[in-house]
Amino acid sequence: MTLINDGVFDNKELEKLPGVPSKKRLQKGPVVVIECAQKIPCNPCEEACHKKAIKIGDSIIDLPVLNSELCNGCGLCIASCPGQAIFVVDMTYSDTEAAVQLPFEFLPRPEQNEIVDGLNRSGQIVCDAKVLKVLNPKSFDRTAVITIAVPKKFGMEVRNIKLKNGRKNG
Amino acid sequence: MRIEEHPILGPLEKKTIVKIEVDGHTIDAFEDEPIAAALMAAGISVFRYTRKKGQPRGVFCAIGQCTDCMMTVDGIANVRTCITPVKDGMKIRTQQQSGELRTAEQ
Amino acid sequence: MREIDLAIVGAGPAGLSAAIEAAKAGVEVVVFDENQKAGGQLFKQIHKFFGSKAHQAGVRGIDIANNLLEEVEKSGAEVLLDAVVWGTFKTDTLCVTQNGKNVMFRAKKILLATGATENVLAFPGWTLAGVMGAGAIQTMINVHRVLPGKRVLMIGSGNVGLIVSYQLLQAGAEVKAIVEALPTIGGYAVHASKITRCGVPILTSTTIKQAIGKEKVEKAVLIKLDKNLKQIEGTEQQLNVDVICLAIGLSPLSELAWMAGCEFADVQELGGFLPIHNDDMETTVSGIYVAGDIAGIEEASTAIEEGRLAGIAIAESLGFLNADEAKEKKRSILDRSEQLRAGPFGLSRRQAKEQLIRRSLK
Repeated sequence: MTLINDGVFDNKELEKLPGVPSKKRLQKGPVVVIECAQKIPCNPCEEACHKKAIKIGDSIIDLPVLNSELCNGCGLCIASCPGQAIFVVDMTYSDTEAAVQLPFEFLPRPEQNEIVDGLNRSGQIVCDAKVLKVLNPKSFDRTAVITIAVPKKFGMEVRNIKLKNGRKNG
Repeated sequence: MRIEEHPILGPLEKKTIVKIEVDGHTIDAFEDEPIAAALMAAGISVFRYTRKKGQPRGVFCAIGQCTDCMMTVDGIANVRTCITPVKDGMKIRTQQQSGELRTAEQ
Repeated sequence: MREIDLAIVGAGPAGLSAAIEAAKAGVEVVVFDENQKAGGQLFKQIHKFFGSKAHQAGVRGIDIANNLLEEVEKSGAEVLLDAVVWGTFKTDTLCVTQNGKNVMFRAKKILLATGATENVLAFPGWTLAGVMGAGAIQTMINVHRVLPGKRVLMIGSGNVGLIVSYQLLQAGAEVKAIVEALPTIGGYAVHASKITRCGVPILTSTTIKQAIGKEKVEKAVLIKLDKNLKQIEGTEQQLNVDVICLAIGLSPLSELAWMAGCEFADVQELGGFLPIHNDDMETTVSGIYVAGDIAGIEEASTAIEEGRLAGIAIAESLGFLNADEAKEKKRSILDRSEQLRAGPFGLSRRQAKEQLIRRSLK
């Protein structure tokens, strides 16, 4: 299944995107992963980046192009994306783990050090994730950014979290 | 079900609670919210029965366009509950068909 | 009967934006809205908007709405709420019922910014309580803060269906599935991905066969469609749901334009039957303008730009702006509108709008 058929990327589609860094760059340290595949008029990520690592240009329908050498994985762009399509992945977090920063607009928010479920792009639970940080400053305008640690092999797979057992909204 | 906490809209504002009567039962409502919202919050989803076949109807458009949500309110039939604000002591009836129309004397 | 320069019907994004531009230029403006609160559908859009900084990208719809309300207040335009404009006669007179009283207004110019209404899909069980339009769901959860149910089936995978599904999750409901009759998702992939990563399946080439329940929705029967959109027997699947949400498109609310004698065209790409307008947003009836969804189903951002354009064109035609000032302001609006209609998602709308304007010149 592909993005346009069921809303879920297949890996080949993902790798081709100009906003997705190379495997080599991913191994060097934290870097942004912009999972934006369609030409829609939108450019807040370009404006949000202090390092000018994201380029869209005058034609705002163009896909964001990542200059992964300039990107330091600060994650400021994550909350700026109206499509919530931006993540930061640090494959070097530890020997066994990758750290993933993701946007989160649900309640309840997890707490630091909490263990939550790590979900892939289809919403399936693939691993446990440890919450390292929960950022929700006013400047993010209610898009919280959560940093989690997951087993390395899930670094490019986990894109959402779910709180465990009974910690639900509503 | 009321949405008490919301990630974007924040916590539910404290509003004045009033009492309204629905088919003889008293329920709480927020002053000035639409009747339909109060009923929905109380888990009531059938508001009336149609004229010809007596079929159940509830909210459809919620902005006063479709008239599916009509009920008899304080004796007045065919009130669009999705855009009519609740008032303390209001008497609301599930409407059967066209409802009972008041005569000139009433 | 009160006489005014400009009467605007509808205080949504298009109507308010027009009021601001016209009032700033000195036009006497009265905006009528049948609701208790202005802002139209904007107050239900709790998500961040797309576009560029000039389009207020990254700002939530609710905040754009609040900004518009503030600007309208500062501009001097009058906004009358609980005011239903139910008729127009002689093309310059509006009949209004406000707070139960009937009033008539005569206006030199009229802008109809009445928005759109939801399309319906008829299927066995579609009248059960619990079957609601997408706008209704948004109104209940984002304005009145009430959940109509706990387990929702969404019909339609355009941006409205995808966005409302996400908002339902934020409100604490479960979206059991989104069904889409076509083989591909209609809306933006990013909106789809936001919900698939929450475990909500998007089932393309699927539709609803029937809603089951005694008085309210209890179950939905889904069925797959072949490439000719015919139901494939034997592929039925049951879902336990208590709400079925119809997000299958909008149609312009254009009764007043019809009453006024405006010429209409049937433009599928813009939502169906709508009044023809020129590049100043004027219809075929001199002095009557349209802006927003009534002029073609698009988005809040385009409604805002069209409203501004109409406001400026009207101010110009009344002599409050000279030709050069008007031209410059229109130029920036056209630039911003072009950007919004760029790309594959905007292509059909852009072409349809261009054709509509060409027709008006004949």
